[in-house]
Amino acid sequence: MSKLILTVDDSASMRMLLKTSLTAQGFRIESANDGEHGLERMHEVQPDLLITDINMPKMDGFELIEAVRAVSGFRGTPILVLSTEFSDEKKARAREAGATGWITKPFEATKLGAAIRRVCP
Amino acid sequence: MSDEFDDIQAIFFEECAEGLTTAEQGLSAMQAGDVSAEVIAGVFRAVHSIKGGAGAFGHADLTAFAHKFENVLDEVRGGKIPPSPGVVKVMLSAFDILTDHVESAKGLAPRPADQAALATLEQVLANKGADDGGPVAAPAAAAEVPAGEADAFGFVPMAVSLDDFDAPAELPAADAAWIVTFKPSRAALANAGEPLLIIRELESLGGEVVAVDTSTVPPLRDLDPEDAYLTWTLRVPGEVAEGDINDCFDFVAPDSIVEVRRDEAAAAPLAEAAPAADEFGFVPVSAGIEDFAAEMQRVVETIAAASPAIGSVETPAIAPKAGSEAQQTIRVDLGKLDLLLNLVGELVIRNSILADRLSPADRQRVELPELARLTRQIQDNVMSLRAQPIKQAFSRVPRMLRDLSVETGKQILLETVGETTEVDKGVIEKIGDPLTHMIRNAADHGLESAEERIAAGKNPAGTIKLSAEQRGARIFVRVQDDGRGINREKVRAKAVERGIISGDAQLSNEEIDQLICAPGFSTADTISNISGRGVGMDVVRSNVEALGGRVEIHSVPGEGTTFTMILPLTLAILDGMIVRLAGQRFVLPLAHVLETVQPEPGQVKRTSPDSEVIDMRGEYVPVKRATEIFGLNDDRAIEDSLVVIVENEGSGKVGLVVDTIDDRREVVIKSLDQNLHPIRGLGGATILGDGSIALILDIEALVASTNRFTPKGLAA
Repeated sequence: MSKLILTVDDSASMRMLLKTSLTAQGFRIESANDGEHGLERMHEVQPDLLITDINMPKMDGFELIEAVRAVSGFRGTPILVLSTEFSDEKKARAREAGATGWITKPFEATKLGAAIRRVCP
Repeated sequence: MSDEFDDIQAIFFEECAEGLTTAEQGLSAMQAGDVSAEVIAGVFRAVHSIKGGAGAFGHADLTAFAHKFENVLDEVRGGKIPPSPGVVKVMLSAFDILTDHVESAKGLAPRPADQAALATLEQVLANKGADDGGPVAAPAAAAEVPAGEADAFGFVPMAVSLDDFDAPAELPAADAAWIVTFKPSRAALANAGEPLLIIRELESLGGEVVAVDTSTVPPLRDLDPEDAYLTWTLRVPGEVAEGDINDCFDFVAPDSIVEVRRDEAAAAPLAEAAPAADEFGFVPVSAGIEDFAAEMQRVVETIAAASPAIGSVETPAIAPKAGSEAQQTIRVDLGKLDLLLNLVGELVIRNSILADRLSPADRQRVELPELARLTRQIQDNVMSLRAQPIKQAFSRVPRMLRDLSVETGKQILLETVGETTEVDKGVIEKIGDPLTHMIRNAADHGLESAEERIAAGKNPAGTIKLSAEQRGARIFVRVQDDGRGINREKVRAKAVERGIISGDAQLSNEEIDQLICAPGFSTADTISNISGRGVGMDVVRSNVEALGGRVEIHSVPGEGTTFTMILPLTLAILDGMIVRLAGQRFVLPLAHVLETVQPEPGQVKRTSPDSEVIDMRGEYVPVKRATEIFGLNDDRAIEDSLVVIVENEGSGKVGLVVDTIDDRREVVIKSLDQNLHPIRGLGGATILGDGSIALILDIEALVASTNRFTPKGLAA
């Protein structure tokens, strides 16, 4: 069974872009449009990997990661941040919240795939 | 794929438009003094999203500009740059350039000249917004930026895709093999970092594990399944690039130990790397990994076994609203909606035809009323598909006012109300030009200069209020300024000079105000390039009337002028009264009909050779006949006719002489001006139940031609 990934991004075009490029690499994709929605979808779809944006309305990426990690069933789920931000401060915050890795937008599809395989058992 | 890409990109551009609207609203709020964290964060997020998408779609110029803009916003958000009026002004200018960049990315405009704006943003960043930021020394700063090099300002190249949390850097040596030491931290495991995957990736580069240090593994009873105890040492072939090795550790937490170095003295580093290895002897390499994997598996199982209780408590609390808030939208070709609307229109007409041909009993038998009700619902729904917030028409205004402010040297504040009012897309598309002209007119003629305003005891900055509201089946769009009001002396004199009215015409204030809409009228002393472009308010009026609406003007000297466009909510359907005029059928919009009377002898009086009034309980209402309106041959005695009293809100009543009233029904408006020129007094045509055509009367125009000026009437 191919890996199931939940992508959380407030931009519909980004969600579609992720879906298109990752589906082509054999992943199954579900998506959510903000942190709150993302947390709900985590429970629904129980993905193998979570990819989240940072700057989102309602609940941002940091809060989402913290909320996901607070659920014991998701402690082992790898979480990749996919953001245009790249400051060390933000990355440190993401790591503190429980992120497994950080990818800077824009992404190259193949490298994103490699990054996913790096964290997704 | 490319089609798919284009589709996604089209969505990106829609998001850009939304983002730009959000940013602009936020910046306008900031300009008006609301610098709350929420507003600033909203603007930041909007610009940030545009940047993110632009990068993904390869729009380097847009990305670069948005990036610089975002930097400033980030500092403002973080409190490092105060959101002073000067800084907000800089951001508004940057916003305009950002808008241009988006247009350019769409391929609809050339790449904007953004050097000055970039330099100003740079300046704000450098000064931390001190001294109000302003466009201080922008030209000088601009000179430092080489023309055309959008990214010559230290912008970190975004095309680099995989960034890392920490960047281990080692000096390259000879071609000796790499020795890689890796001890994941507890934090790495806590964040679901899986060491096994990293080791597998190094193996895929040709690496092999040469040692596993298990010396720190405690006795089982002390073992914390969430802690990390093992250290691996791997040998990777020397020809592998160091960067590729480091890439494997992309996501390793900073407190993990990662060492990558050349194996210069073959055996020595190994001993160093795994000093405690001897204590237990070398653990067989593969077994080490498998043990670890097994250990992790146990950890995972332990956690999984422990979690259902907690998980099941948390899940239902969140799950019920699952997905319900997600806004589901699809994009539909407008042509398809128009076709659907047309088809529904035909369906309505067929319904009417059926109603005409069936007896009342048959209508009930085939449940025609139910069919009509359903048809009506479908029609309402199709109409609502075409309804859009009027915000779209308003969105151009802020920028226009900023430009006008520069052109005229006047300070202009904008207030908008009712932007979410929904109007048919066709109406929105057509009010853009009239709205633009009204705004320009208000900024140019309505508002005074700052000096003049101060002298009059007003706020030096003028306000233009743009509002929209729905009342019944009409939309009221107002452009209100707090300027000097209409100078009636001047307007009157100009109208006499232009031969629009005669020198001795007696006009009320309202009639003088209406002269602004007379063809070829202009009060500007010199034709400015702002509103005096040879087209005047008469074009506004004719555009609005072509839409089935009208323009009202209300002015108070010294306090300001309000232009109101009163527009139909939809362009497609009308509740009408079918009447006969001189033997022909016409449709009267029912919304305007007040009452119908059969005149008593003497109730209609002739006041002059070409005007009659009807006495309605003491109120005299002008009467119009088909002969006057359309030159039809109408020789019926008034006593044999009916008079329908119609009223146009705000401009009075008029009695229309009709032969008979045939019916009341909803009619689908078919535009005349697609085939004919707009005809004053006619609002369109429709197809009746029997298949014949009836013209729809335009009450506004009919009432206006009695109560308001007409060149003929006023010149008399």
